[in-house]
Amino acid sequence: MSAVAAASARGAWAHLASGIRRHKMASFGAGIVVLVALSALLAPWLAPHDPLEQDVLLRLAQPTADFPLGNDSFGRDILSRILWGGRVSLYVSTLAVLIAIIVGGALGILAGYIGGLFDRIVMAAMDVLLSFPTLVMGLLVVAMLGPTVGNLILAITLTAVAPFARIARAPTLAVKERDFVEAGRALGFSNLRLMVVHILPNVVDDILVMAALWLATAIRTEASLSFIGLGVRPPTATWGGMIREGFENILDSPWLAIFPSLAILVVMFGLNMLGDGLRDTSDPRLRHE
Amino acid sequence: MLIYIVKRLLVAVPTLLAVLTVVFFFVRIAPGDPTFIILGDQASQQAIAAVHHELGLDRPMLVQYLDFMSTVLQGDLGNSLVTHRPIWNEVANVLPYTIELTLSALFIGVVLGLPLGIAAARHRNETLDYAARIFSLLGLSFPAFVSAIMLLLAFAIELHWFPVISEARTGDPLSRVSALVLPAVNLGLIMVAYVMRVARSSMLGVLGEDYIRTARSKGVPARVVIWRHALGNALIPVVTVVGLYLGVLIGNSVLTEIVFNRPGLGKLIVNSLNQRDYTMLEGLMVIYAFIIVIVNLLTDLTYGLVDPRVRQR
Repeated sequence: MSAVAAASARGAWAHLASGIRRHKMASFGAGIVVLVALSALLAPWLAPHDPLEQDVLLRLAQPTADFPLGNDSFGRDILSRILWGGRVSLYVSTLAVLIAIIVGGALGILAGYIGGLFDRIVMAAMDVLLSFPTLVMGLLVVAMLGPTVGNLILAITLTAVAPFARIARAPTLAVKERDFVEAGRALGFSNLRLMVVHILPNVVDDILVMAALWLATAIRTEASLSFIGLGVRPPTATWGGMIREGFENILDSPWLAIFPSLAILVVMFGLNMLGDGLRDTSDPRLRHE
Repeated sequence: MLIYIVKRLLVAVPTLLAVLTVVFFFVRIAPGDPTFIILGDQASQQAIAAVHHELGLDRPMLVQYLDFMSTVLQGDLGNSLVTHRPIWNEVANVLPYTIELTLSALFIGVVLGLPLGIAAARHRNETLDYAARIFSLLGLSFPAFVSAIMLLLAFAIELHWFPVISEARTGDPLSRVSALVLPAVNLGLIMVAYVMRVARSSMLGVLGEDYIRTARSKGVPARVVIWRHALGNALIPVVTVVGLYLGVLIGNSVLTEIVFNRPGLGKLIVNSLNQRDYTMLEGLMVIYAFIIVIVNLLTDLTYGLVDPRVRQR
């Protein structure tokens, strides 16, 4: 990336960061998200026990001082499993959304910039992707290809590419007619340079706003697939998988399902607040709300 | 309007054909041979070849593809690999359950979400508005299976108001309704959150327009301004969201059916995944994609109804 592009990308980040700081809801949401991400990153140091260590004597034990959230049907510490489970959920969803942003963003900018037949083919392909319900597509991809981390990422990426392509294409169409792009073209800049340096910065804002909301969707999809039994294979802890195991014991030990549910709720709530706040700050009509 | 409908239909047809093509190739590139499901792992080469021949899998890919397209377009989805019954029969058995569930959720979502969103916009930045916004953020944050488990815990397991397993006895309308309440409320409340936030923000947008200011300054009562002048324009984004939400609704209904152990398309798809019933999966994917494409079409047509400008384009 050239210096100009780096500067304008920094500009977009700085703009967003100041938006978050000024917006109470967004900063609260961002705080929650950062805390959850830190707790997942630091799980090896924060977790009081080994998430895989089984103890028959502690089978379905109620919360105690040593095991503050109780134990699951294998006697494993639920708190430690929640901390470790966050790593899988956040890793899979973040990577999936990042890939979707890069692939979808590039497709959207290319389609908008090149136009014509290419545009129509790309957008038709996106329409086809959008014709499958998110969860059903995820289900099929993982069920057919096997429940590995890589396939989960692929499945969630496939559900998120089309929206990012659409969101990148719209501003590209508007910006490419503007004088500064025309001027760049007159100066003999390459198409690549025009797209990366002049168009991308105008698209980044919209994409970043959507990223927070799609990260929430990705976490929900990952958890749903794990709940159905198509997540990362046990004994690895995932939030959705823990709820699945808890659901089997719902009648006598409801806390098994409740604690990981709360973990998902907290991170989803944080991301939705952040996403909402970002949208408010990026939309000038709502800025003074 | 007729020209608009025809134009939209012409766009929907290639999408549908492309969707069918994707389904066909996706099921075939996936690793694993359906023959093993029928014969088991120990099958002899001859037996495998015989089944391949019976299923038509020994023909060239292009022939299989054209055959698939023509039978599907004639409305024939084939037979289940596991039960050997026509896929349409299996689907028809459970479809009413899924339809009654999604329609009740849609009803709850629109009937509660729309007035709440409008009220929140009218009382912007007052207590009602804040409460509505927090509720809608919460609604968006609940994965459907989490809220379903919580409802099940509270109202079925603790309070015993509703059955734990929502499989109604057939022919008993009362038990059918009581089995529907919790799943429908679960899907409906999430939908309320979506509808409400869009109704609120689009109402806020419309209320800032010049023609609303004109109506107000002429002395038109607030109620009339909202319901006669503003609502029509504010509805357009709401229609979009209800249409777009269908994909989410279908996913959520799958999860809800699992938690409440309720018959429906969702349980059918999960069972066929577990049994590796490829033809059933193929059929269900076709049905889901069909539903989405058709609802998108209906959504666009509704625009045309709500907004005459759309028809001109």
